[in-house]
Amino acid sequence: MNALAARRRHPAAILILLLLGLIVTGGVYAALAPKPATAAEASADQIERGRQLFLTNCATCHGKNALGTPVGPNLAGVGAAAVDFQMGTGRMPMAEPGVQAPRGKKVTFSDEEIADIAAWVASLAPGPAIPDAEYTTAEGGDPGKGGEIFRVNCSMCHNSAGAGGALTSGKYAPPLTGVEGKHIVEAMLTGPQSMPVFNDSNISPESKRDVIAYLKSMDAEGNPGGMALGSLGPVPEGLVAWVFGLGILIGAAYWLGQKGA
Amino acid sequence: MSTEHSTDTVRLDEGHHIGEGGIPAQFVNPGLPPHVHRMSDESAAGAKRAERQIAGLFTLSILGTLLFLVSYFAFDTAHRTWVPGLGTVSTTNLLLGVGLGLALLGIGLGAVHWAKTLMPDEEVVEERHVMRSSDTDRAKFAEIMREGGESSQLFRRPLIKATLGGALGLFSLPLLVQLVGSLGPLPKNHLSLTMWNGHPDGHGDYTPYQERPRLVTDPESLPIKASDVTIGSVYHVLPEGLLPSPEATEEEAREGLHHGFLEEKGKAAVLLMRLDPSDFKDTEGGKKALSWSYQGIVAYSKICTHVGCPVGLYERTTHHLLCPCHQSTFDVTDDCRVIFGPAKRPLPQLKIDVDKDGYLIAAEPFHEAVGPSFWERG
Amino acid sequence: MTTTPNERPAQGLRAGDAKTAPPPSAGAKKLGGVAGWVDDRLGPAKGVNYLMKKVFPDHWSFMLGEIAMYSMIICLLTGVFLTFWFVPSAGHTVYDGSYVPLQGVQMSEAYASSLNISFDIKGGLLIRQMHHWAALMFIVAVSAHMLRVFFTGAFRKPRELNWIIGCILSMLALVEGFAGYSLPDDLLSGTGLRAAEGFMQSAPVIGSYLAYAVFDGPFPGEAIIPRLYGVHVLLLPAILIGLFTAHIVMVAVQKHTQYPGPGRTNSNVVGFPVMPVYAAKAGGFFFIVFGFLALLSAIVQINAIWVYGPYDPSPVTAGSQPDWYMGFADGALRLLPGWLEFSAFGFTLSLNVAIGALLLIPVMYGAMAAYPFIEAWVTGDKREHHLLDRPRNQPTRTALGVAALTFYGVLMFAAANDIIAIKLNMSINDITYFFRAGTFILPVLAFWATRRICLSLQRADRNLVLHGRETGRIVRTADGRFFEAHEPLNEYERWKLVGYEEQRPLELTSGVDAHGVAAPGAGKLRARLSKFYFQDVVTPVTPEELAAAHHDGHEHEAIEAAEAAEIESGERSGAGHH
Repeated sequence: MNALAARRRHPAAILILLLLGLIVTGGVYAALAPKPATAAEASADQIERGRQLFLTNCATCHGKNALGTPVGPNLAGVGAAAVDFQMGTGRMPMAEPGVQAPRGKKVTFSDEEIADIAAWVASLAPGPAIPDAEYTTAEGGDPGKGGEIFRVNCSMCHNSAGAGGALTSGKYAPPLTGVEGKHIVEAMLTGPQSMPVFNDSNISPESKRDVIAYLKSMDAEGNPGGMALGSLGPVPEGLVAWVFGLGILIGAAYWLGQKGA
Repeated sequence: MSTEHSTDTVRLDEGHHIGEGGIPAQFVNPGLPPHVHRMSDESAAGAKRAERQIAGLFTLSILGTLLFLVSYFAFDTAHRTWVPGLGTVSTTNLLLGVGLGLALLGIGLGAVHWAKTLMPDEEVVEERHVMRSSDTDRAKFAEIMREGGESSQLFRRPLIKATLGGALGLFSLPLLVQLVGSLGPLPKNHLSLTMWNGHPDGHGDYTPYQERPRLVTDPESLPIKASDVTIGSVYHVLPEGLLPSPEATEEEAREGLHHGFLEEKGKAAVLLMRLDPSDFKDTEGGKKALSWSYQGIVAYSKICTHVGCPVGLYERTTHHLLCPCHQSTFDVTDDCRVIFGPAKRPLPQLKIDVDKDGYLIAAEPFHEAVGPSFWERG
Repeated sequence: MTTTPNERPAQGLRAGDAKTAPPPSAGAKKLGGVAGWVDDRLGPAKGVNYLMKKVFPDHWSFMLGEIAMYSMIICLLTGVFLTFWFVPSAGHTVYDGSYVPLQGVQMSEAYASSLNISFDIKGGLLIRQMHHWAALMFIVAVSAHMLRVFFTGAFRKPRELNWIIGCILSMLALVEGFAGYSLPDDLLSGTGLRAAEGFMQSAPVIGSYLAYAVFDGPFPGEAIIPRLYGVHVLLLPAILIGLFTAHIVMVAVQKHTQYPGPGRTNSNVVGFPVMPVYAAKAGGFFFIVFGFLALLSAIVQINAIWVYGPYDPSPVTAGSQPDWYMGFADGALRLLPGWLEFSAFGFTLSLNVAIGALLLIPVMYGAMAAYPFIEAWVTGDKREHHLLDRPRNQPTRTALGVAALTFYGVLMFAAANDIIAIKLNMSINDITYFFRAGTFILPVLAFWATRRICLSLQRADRNLVLHGRETGRIVRTADGRFFEAHEPLNEYERWKLVGYEEQRPLELTSGVDAHGVAAPGAGKLRARLSKFYFQDVVTPVTPEELAAAHHDGHEHEAIEAAEAAEIESGERSGAGHH
């Protein structure tokens, strides 16, 4: 008989067994339980780092506590998703004042810094969280369904090909080419600038994934007929017909009539 | 100096005038200009070179045809190629098109070059004749017509003349009446009714609902809880029953897309938005809009009152609805009053409420006709 | 005439011999056989001979109508191909072709068959694109041709009827194009049909009946696609072919006009005969147009219907425009303000829609068709005209044309206001306000500017005739004067600049005619219009004036380029004397 078996009737054995049971059950649960489809909880450090970054780079327009100023809106409640979108696409910090913040040519902050600021903003008030990776790629999405959703909800502003479109007073819906799936979902969740909000009850995460799948499959299909002329429709086509079509054919007619070959 | 021309012409000064004696009043046409020589006129080598150029162009055409034929059999329709400057294009479209283009251009350019270099290029003069016929021919025509009229006794017999006129004047009526009379059902009052009024009976009328219909999403046909419509959201909405339900099988779905499906959609499409109640303007329209809303959730017809395009663009921050066709802009905080663009009437509002489970329903159908105006709209 | 020079002197011995025709080749014999067979039955030799020797003048601007005709023929050829695969039905189907993003999607048979042509028929996309590019080129060329005819005055007697036929052709071409691009039933063209239904509804009194009649019930219905198909494939092509045949037969009978120039008069035609030059040039040009369109369709995509998706009244795409030739009507609709819609006594009159959608095209084409008669009335000119005008020599007509074109252009660019807004980063509202004002202001400005430019060009021509061309060579005289040597025009160049006819305004008569009857008020209006047309006329240089210019000042003029070194003092300077 070994030492452990010899003490099996020790009064502390039950306590130890209970403790062991709790630890094992808790550990298994923690490992196997479904995680909420949100990012992991931000640590207090991250939030503090985020606050410092915010004070240095964003507070001039958004206020020290992100409650807004005349030039920058209140960010309480916009959620981590909004920060990830706006900074991840280079829209924020806004390069110059204007009617709308255009997509940035480059992203000025690293992924970590963006995550820190996002964590701080998310801590101010509940808002849309950064979407789960499962629903931000085209994998598993149905492009046919995605196309139907896109055409009803998105193409009136962004154009059937995602080439972008005009809104009133100089605002516009930007082109969707070369946009990461994550940012597309975040934009739908947060409704940046003039864009309305398409929350998960309106367009479910699976449907959002279908939309991404649709956009990616459109990219893959390319432009089979030749140059797409910006996918802007009959206007550039008419310009090509007048300028190149007529120009070249008149050139041919002029050559035809010239004397002295 | 010639003085009788208008005063605006460039004036020669009042100095010397040497004009009398032998100077014609107007310039005369100097006749055809001298021939411009071509390289093929000047030397046999030039002509030979032209011949080679022409033959080269015709050969290019043959090569183009070959390219077409080879490409046709070598590639299938799914094949794609990346071309710098063009992007990912269909290989068959590109190669068949280039082949055909060269085949045709080769012939065309060759033929024109031949005409320019080797064919005679001395200008030829052809005389014109006055378009008018001679007086004798005209008189002859008049005579023939008069004789014909007389010998047919048409002028002597007024009864024939009258009835002929009547018959000829009226014979096209049967054709017109058949065409116009058989065209289309009469609109009656159908332009003023939508599927929010009741179930479509397939002939343009609607049987009123027993229970008010729910609002469902387009295209997924899911009912909408009021609590899911957050501030800033926009939902594209149709009445329950228009789209096949999500649980329907494929066959049931196809059945459901009966005749009249797109026609009902074209009148019943609605846009649902939620605004903060304090955002509504303090005008008569704004107050009515708020009273027809459910806690700030408003529903408006999506069919533009200008010429009927769907007004889909909702600007969340300004609360404006923009129609992409002709840029009519509607202010949601003021009952969708037109604030810019060619539309005149505001979008009709749909009065909404919730049912006992919290899903949004249409409390009443539209109070006016949706879509573009028409004469008897009222 | 042989082009090879005589190589050997011995050949010259035979130079005086009577020439015998070379024996016919085998090919010529066969052709002669066929021609003989046909001639035995129809006797066309005289007519064919006449046609083969017919002379056509040679100028590139005369080929614009040919571009139009060839583009239409290419549309016919490619269109036949498309009819083999297109299904003109609005019936429901589910797509199961090879284009992935639309698989499983509900759509009409018309749309599905268009996708089939584009993705699953080899060469189908090419033919579809050629058909659409050719349609665009057709209307581009028709418009350019019409402008050429207008600005050169080719519509004057005896060609008024041909002008009217041309206006009708142009208008029908617009309808044909609209019907054609609506056939695939895609989202963009379907939105256009939706707007068309709105236009019909706006017609006073009969609007809703008209819309229900055309669409066989509520919009969209299932009849519009098959009906448009019949119109596009059968009715309009038949009318177009009939009218354009009449159009070119009239050109052949009346003979083509020509630009003024040396050797060209109002009673001749100078150019080249059909056989062999024009057959080669015109035939070759057909292949050039065809080949160009094929190349264009190979490298530039047009009307990507798979991107728009099938038509549904609920979705719409940003940047919804019709094809370019309907742009002016779409622009008018964007610019007409909403307050033009009136309601009273339960009735609504939508002038904001009806003016742009229903009245604009008939009024525009009506005005165009009437123009030759208006101008004839104003000028009182009843003669036949076969010589064209240089546009600068008709300043008022040219200015009117440019003003009309400016009006058209403002409307057309207004239809692209949202594309302009996103491409140039401007506010779409500002652009719309600019075009609204521009509709009235810009044509007036264009009229004034064009008229002044034409008059200036005429004066520049006068200067060129009187003083010659500036050679850029500076000559210094013995006593230290500098002047630029001018080269006088030779008589051929000069004729082009002086050969036009001066037009004077009609005189206002005394108010009563020979019998003492008072002239109607139209006489005053006519005189006033005539004055508006022809005041400020710049007269062509006469030989007297030219002589005076040469001898102007003192002694010898110093123009001859060859005598530059010996020129004595003179008053001549480059820009004229005064």
